[in-house]
Amino acid sequence: MRLAAQVVDLTKFYDLGSVVVKALRGVSTDFPEGDFVAIMGSSGSGKSTLLNLLGALDRPTGGQYILGGRDVSTLDDDELSAMRNEMIGFIFQSFNLIAQYTVLENIEVPLLYRAGYPAIGSAEREWCKELANMVGLGDRTDHRPFQLSGGQQQRVSIARALVNDPQIILADEPTGNLDSTTESEIMDILHNLNAQGRTIIMVTHEPSIAKQTKRQIMMKDGLIESETILEQTLPTR
Amino acid sequence: MTRIIRIVRLALKSLLLHKLRSGLTMLGIVFGVFSVIAMLAIGEGASAQAQRQVLELGATNVIVRSVKPPNEVAQTSAQSRVLQYGLLRSDYKILTNTLPTVTHAVPIREVNREVRYLKDAMNARVVGCTADYLEMNHLKLSQGRFLTSSDQEKLLNVAVIASDVANNLFKFEDPVGKSIRIGSMYYSVVGVTKDRTASAAIGGSLSGQDYNNDVYIPIKTLQVREGDLDIKNQAGSMTAEHIELNQITLRVNDKDTVLSTAEAIRETLEQSHPRSKDYAVVVPLELLKQAEQIRMIFNVVLGSIAAISLVVGGIGIMNIMLATVTERTREIGVRRALGARQRDIVEQFLTETIVLAGSGGLIGVVFGLLTPISFVGIQWFVQNFVMEGNTAGSEVGRMFFDLQPQIAFWSLPVAFGISVTIGILSGIYPAISAAKLDPIEALRHE
Repeated sequence: MRLAAQVVDLTKFYDLGSVVVKALRGVSTDFPEGDFVAIMGSSGSGKSTLLNLLGALDRPTGGQYILGGRDVSTLDDDELSAMRNEMIGFIFQSFNLIAQYTVLENIEVPLLYRAGYPAIGSAEREWCKELANMVGLGDRTDHRPFQLSGGQQQRVSIARALVNDPQIILADEPTGNLDSTTESEIMDILHNLNAQGRTIIMVTHEPSIAKQTKRQIMMKDGLIESETILEQTLPTR
Repeated sequence: MTRIIRIVRLALKSLLLHKLRSGLTMLGIVFGVFSVIAMLAIGEGASAQAQRQVLELGATNVIVRSVKPPNEVAQTSAQSRVLQYGLLRSDYKILTNTLPTVTHAVPIREVNREVRYLKDAMNARVVGCTADYLEMNHLKLSQGRFLTSSDQEKLLNVAVIASDVANNLFKFEDPVGKSIRIGSMYYSVVGVTKDRTASAAIGGSLSGQDYNNDVYIPIKTLQVREGDLDIKNQAGSMTAEHIELNQITLRVNDKDTVLSTAEAIRETLEQSHPRSKDYAVVVPLELLKQAEQIRMIFNVVLGSIAAISLVVGGIGIMNIMLATVTERTREIGVRRALGARQRDIVEQFLTETIVLAGSGGLIGVVFGLLTPISFVGIQWFVQNFVMEGNTAGSEVGRMFFDLQPQIAFWSLPVAFGISVTIGILSGIYPAISAAKLDPIEALRHE
């Protein structure tokens, strides 16, 4: 089985001068392709730190994080940016769309920062429209974020996360700001994506959401406390 | 290239999100650029005006004028009541006979007299002069002829009148051939001069001259008919002035010899006027050079005032961009998470400031180009509402109304360049501080 990502004895310490906070104290796990993982834990358990490291937003203090065959912990800032651009799709709790852009332009944002800055061609624009269609917003591509509901905004951000065909999709409490109806809509989309073979790593503290995944990782005090496999990840692609 | 267009388009999009804020920020640069161009245009116009006035006096001319003697000299002199004016006919002779570079010389005597034709009367300046006066003062005839040398020799009672005099005294008649009375004598009119704009005071003893209120007669006739003594009744007391000549205008053969000739004239007159400095030598070319220097200072002062306003505009931009960076911290975090490098963030914010400053600069240039037109509007406004229809009588007023701003075309690219530079300089710090934000912190920012 091919691995989408792998962490080996990952540690992250924050030096606050008087004390050193050990946010991660040695986390190891594999993320096979097609996995759908929920990371859970109380606040301060290290789950956000782990997600930041998985998102290449930060470098670990020790250990290894292998993504796309490269060790992220050795990369410099520009290389981290390139990594985030090419390998990772982000879905945030508060959607984080860019207010001055339309739906279509928001989906295109990752394309703006590709290596070598190629112009956005008509094929790519078609792809963006296709993604908008896929999340059910094909008729609203020229709307601005403030004209959309929360669920619609989150769908835009899912489309945006997919535009560069990433290795893994990181979702940080994707349904945290939504009501239960839209919550299930978003979860349906994520399920569909996973069924297509996409690897999804999600942070949540709602057991009902976590139950819908294939694997739950419970974090506590910077370590993996327990791991529950709900459904075996089948080899895909 | 397409990438630059894309970046600029994105910057425009961000700026248009806050139209009012972007517009107000731009206003600082608009006024900065506008005032640089306008100030320099007014400075340029003022200097062109000064140059024109000096050139009207003649670049190759040297003007020697009598100066009213200072009081203490007058009191110690023998005829205590009679003020002795400096220039004498002998001075004229010496100057014309001894200086080879002088090609023309006109002796001038001016008196104020009542001029009459039938029942119409007016006060005019009666100028005794010679034939060269016409050409040396750039006067043109509208009819008849000017004074000739034979008029001088024959001591004829002939007069050439200026346009205002002709209009006042001969409302419905042709003045040529008619007789006018000047003082107690009759003169026949032989010519009329065309309207000529008044010259402004340049400095020294040369006050502004209104050529349209003159009557010209041969200087020898004036001397014989009116004498050298001019007695005035002023506020109950009598003053008597002994004047042989008010002015001698000399023309030099070449521009290069003007200054040395002026020096020679000064030395010559110093010998014949050992006691007091009762004359003044005015050299238009020297004035031209002074005017040139004053213009430089003028431009520097005006330019730096305007530059200060540009800097203030730049500070405004920096201020607003720093606020924008704080406000858009979240957006910066999102872009970084989606793969933007620090460079990309710097570029984005720098482009926004450059677009802001650049378009502000362009609008400022357009406003600046309108300076001459708007200045006419200001002049009209002042004339009709501030002065309420009174035409300006004072020197300052006349200067103001004659002033025509001239756009110095080099100032357009300079002002625009400065505005863009200020945009870049004031954008660098906010842009770098935006790029330096930690993406995790930025994403968490509320």
